[in-house]
Amino acid sequence: MTKLHDLTGAPPGTTTRALLLRLATVGVVLAGCAGTFASAGGWLSPGALTPARVVDRFEQVNGPHPGFRRNHAKGLCVTGSFAGNGAGAPLSKASLFSAGRMTPVEGRLALAGGQPYAADAEATVRSLALRFRLPDGDEWRSGMNNIPVFPLRTPEAFYEQLLAAKPDPVTGKPDPERLKAFFAAHPESVKAVALIKARTVTAGFADSTFWSLNAFRFVAPDGHATPVRWAFVPEQRATPETAAQAARTDKNYLFDDLVARLRQGPLRWHLVLTLGRTDDPTTDATLPWPADRESVDVGTLSLTGAAPEEAGNCRDINFDPLVLPEGIAPSDDPLLSARSAAYSRSFTRRAGEEKSPSAVAAATTRGAGL
Amino acid sequence: MTHPTRFNLPARLLHWSMAALILAMLLIGVAMVTSLADYHALVALHRPLGILILLLVLVRLANRWRHPPPPLPSDLPAWQRLAAHASHVALYGLMLAMPLVGWAMLSAARYPIALVGGVVLPPILPQSPMLYAWLRELHTVLAYALFAIVLAHLGAALLHALVRQDGVFASMAPWRVRPAAAALHLQQRPNPGR
Repeated sequence: MTKLHDLTGAPPGTTTRALLLRLATVGVVLAGCAGTFASAGGWLSPGALTPARVVDRFEQVNGPHPGFRRNHAKGLCVTGSFAGNGAGAPLSKASLFSAGRMTPVEGRLALAGGQPYAADAEATVRSLALRFRLPDGDEWRSGMNNIPVFPLRTPEAFYEQLLAAKPDPVTGKPDPERLKAFFAAHPESVKAVALIKARTVTAGFADSTFWSLNAFRFVAPDGHATPVRWAFVPEQRATPETAAQAARTDKNYLFDDLVARLRQGPLRWHLVLTLGRTDDPTTDATLPWPADRESVDVGTLSLTGAAPEEAGNCRDINFDPLVLPEGIAPSDDPLLSARSAAYSRSFTRRAGEEKSPSAVAAATTRGAGL
Repeated sequence: MTHPTRFNLPARLLHWSMAALILAMLLIGVAMVTSLADYHALVALHRPLGILILLLVLVRLANRWRHPPPPLPSDLPAWQRLAAHASHVALYGLMLAMPLVGWAMLSAARYPIALVGGVVLPPILPQSPMLYAWLRELHTVLAYALFAIVLAHLGAALLHALVRQDGVFASMAPWRVRPAAAALHLQQRPNPGR
């Protein structure tokens, strides 16, 4: 009987050698478990891009704005409903596409970028985020932009571009050399940016078209899946922004215009699906699909009200594009899971921070009194 | 007075299936929060598995209440006896708390708690970003605590099996106790079961 036997409670018949071997086995098993856990948690690959690092970069580029979204920071809450016309029902079993079905919607119109107090500007990408409340707790959330394709193909490219496009504190513009180097390494982004620049920038939110950017799969009642991209196409006649509008000094002119339009009556968009074929790219949001693809108008979104961001409304919703109802499924586009992950991290950070009023809140309460 | 020397079959089935589930959940959880590419797939797996664990631990507690576990060896030092009891209380507490905190935090964040096949659980808390942020942090802290206690539990189980050879591991082993081990166990110490 050794001290070791005494300490471990091993039977006296066990040789010291056997005892040490057995203790070592226990140690190896435990170390293996801890190592697997550390490996799964990314501690052994410190260089990997993580959701936290993506959100860190937004904070690095835009500065700290506690309580606000790290991207699309300036926005306004909207409410309305979606009326399905039945044309989408054969493509997706999601109930909102049934003919005559009214689905309540809350949403958010916003400007891209992480500056919550930035002045409205024509060139800034506009976004429409929606949350459709389906029966039995099911939901569809979506975040869309007024650009036909996304300028970046992978989360890594997105991460690099954020820094490359960071305005220089002195000139207020991105470092042209850095941007040039980025685009040289990403020819797909050069093509996508050309398509984005070629679009007509309209006068406001009301006459903007908002695209899904990523591809999804619509799953029919019989299980058949169709690759789909979609756009919310305005009923309001699209008018290009005039020089007079662009010269306005009102920092919130886009939001103020929207609120004024809503006071006159509902604003409507048609949800138009573009049906992809099996060989259309679903993993690359920078590539448009061929122009001859079939499109289907599946219903009408009516926005009827607007309200400044505050506790309990769109401010506190994460418009994660992968909150999908039965009948809509993600494609294999790597941006989708990355968006979901980064949105979630951004939401978690801002949820725990003190909130300040939105820049748009002051404008709407002063202007429209909605 | 007779005591069973093994956990009953439902207890053993529940123990080993939940051991696999809980280890998988800890790995999925720690992986998903740092992953961009697999985030969605892992979260979609994490939610239903968490609720499954919540259901299984309720069944397990009911079974444990009706069929108390075999006693620990009488020669086990008092501090080890205390550690065994405390760690089991912590394990059961965390097995209940982790899914409940997860469900509660998603409720406070107003995420739909989607399981599989279109089944969505109702929220169990009102919407509150601050509450969500707090519960989300708690979920992480409790997960690390659970992993630490699972490691300690595994280490202790292996020490019982390989070093002490006292029948504690055999009482939960999915297979039958080897006669040699049982004989050793008998000659070593008075067996409360005989």
